[in-house]
Amino acid sequence: MTQTAPTPPLAAQTATAAEPVIQMKNVSKWYGQFQVLHEVSLDVAKGERVVVCGPSGSGKSTLIRCINRLEVHQSGDIFVNGLEMTDNVKNIDKIRRNIGMVFQNFNLFPHLTVLENLTLGPMLTRQMKKSAAEELAMHFLRKVRIPEQAQKYPLQLSGGQQQRVAIARSLCMEPEIMLFDEPTSALDPEMIKEVLDTMIELAESGMTMIVVTHEMGFARTVADQVVFMAEGRKIEAAPPEEFFGNPREERTRAFLDQILKH
Amino acid sequence: MALATTEAAAPVRAYDPNARMSAGLWLKTNLFSSVWQTLLTLVVAAVVIRVLWFVLDWGVVNAVFYTTDPDVCRAATGACWAVIVEKHRPMLFGLYPYDQHWRLVLVMVIYLSTVVLSLWPRCWNLRFLVPLWIFAVGSIGILMFGGVFGLRYVPTSEWGGLPLTMLLFTGTVLIGMPIAVLLALGRRAPLPVARGVSVVFIESLRGVPLITILFVAVNVFPLFLPAGVEVNKLLRITVGIAIFFACYQAEVIRGGLQAIPRGQYEAATSLSLTYWQTTTRIILPQALRISLPAITNHIIAAMKNTSFVIIIGLFDILTATTAVMQDPLWRKFYVEAYLFVAAVYLFFGYALSRYARQVEKWIAAGRI
Repeated sequence: MTQTAPTPPLAAQTATAAEPVIQMKNVSKWYGQFQVLHEVSLDVAKGERVVVCGPSGSGKSTLIRCINRLEVHQSGDIFVNGLEMTDNVKNIDKIRRNIGMVFQNFNLFPHLTVLENLTLGPMLTRQMKKSAAEELAMHFLRKVRIPEQAQKYPLQLSGGQQQRVAIARSLCMEPEIMLFDEPTSALDPEMIKEVLDTMIELAESGMTMIVVTHEMGFARTVADQVVFMAEGRKIEAAPPEEFFGNPREERTRAFLDQILKH
Repeated sequence: MALATTEAAAPVRAYDPNARMSAGLWLKTNLFSSVWQTLLTLVVAAVVIRVLWFVLDWGVVNAVFYTTDPDVCRAATGACWAVIVEKHRPMLFGLYPYDQHWRLVLVMVIYLSTVVLSLWPRCWNLRFLVPLWIFAVGSIGILMFGGVFGLRYVPTSEWGGLPLTMLLFTGTVLIGMPIAVLLALGRRAPLPVARGVSVVFIESLRGVPLITILFVAVNVFPLFLPAGVEVNKLLRITVGIAIFFACYQAEVIRGGLQAIPRGQYEAATSLSLTYWQTTTRIILPQALRISLPAITNHIIAAMKNTSFVIIIGLFDILTATTAVMQDPLWRKFYVEAYLFVAAVYLFFGYALSRYARQVEKWIAAGRI
């Protein structure tokens, strides 16, 4: 378990068109007979913000869950930082250490306090001392603006606060890439903004992000690339101005009509 | 529908959470609200009064509390509690040499203080608990066996009574719980071999009576040992009871494991935690909290299962009492003697269930 040199967590990094940090080539996946992903390819550069949208059941969650192997793809290649995602356990571990993930249902550990939720990962997998881990945790709790909740248990917090804790928990692993799987879908409307604001700040700090979301406002302001998926296929990918202003595909237009109408 | 009608009929009154019902109103609403209710109340009251009357009459008014002469008891119409005073030592300590009983008293004191301290959250610190248990196990071993420091050697075949019951019970839980956790995890493990072994183990042992397992532990198991190797009978039977206990407990824990949402595993995975880190830090703490009421249930049952040691001729508190009551002078008063044993079991069983309730409260309050 080697430790990579600590990088300043939110140091400003600018998006470059260099070697992509995530490369997916013709990735396919089946659940039994049902094919959820049809030869999806996606490149994400360092510091790039990608928003993935599409109707439910379109495979967008499955797609990002393949990137840290919560789901196993059956054909095609996935490279993260040049490491190929295979059955090799060491590689999988190295890749996961570089990727933080935020879930729709937060998935905080309910039996641990907020602070313990944040320090668990750094202490167990990065062998940090308790005091250092707590300092790091408080740093990120301040970033997501809830340092005063450190001693509470997750279920004592509102949904928005819980999701911000979950974001801070991922950041404590100091990942290079953050995956967001519908981070605001389980939230009451008045709490969506506080989570999106946190995500926007993170994006501004230069984090590489892939976000599955229906929040088109977020996509417009933050994304470098918007990907539209339907029925397990990548239908269209474009910068937001182009994606929203002049979608090429009929399916995309139909989807945008539905979602932007109200 | 019912709600709507009562709402319409009830006079509108401001709700005052602090208002107290008058005694008369309470009686009327709870005991005499209808003809049937009144009848039921009267019948139950009659039965309760009759039983209480008997208990007082037999157990207190006409009872003999202290005498060394069984004839005094025989002359009385009530209970003979004197039998407990007369026989409490062989009942509580079994066949253990009479003049060495002080050692068992000391054992009980050390045992009970160790257990009480271990159950108290403020003492949950390995730097305190490990030395405590090393001291407790060491000193209890020395006191029970003897053979050193001028203490007379007492073989396990002469151990008995309440200390034996407590040692068997503690041994069962301490050996059984880790096995139960491993079996429960094994049954859900990603490795097919671990799964297979756990399923076969649990299903085959759950399907047979405890007495069969004990018979195997005592009579069959030694046949498989190489000549000259002998495993202490008491140890064999403790392990036998523990394994039986573990098979049931494993299924209870598995229930708790199944209640943990998949997202917990996924979150742990995305933090790069290993299988064992995830299991010990995330999954088990939650699963054990969820299944605590059922776990307590089996622990209390295990306490009572210790009385099965009768089959290897050891005298736990129940068997010792049966043996003591063979005394022709006092045998007429076996009911009182068994009531005493029941009270001892009840005391420990109730203490366990109260403690478990308290643990549930601590969990709910987020203290543990």
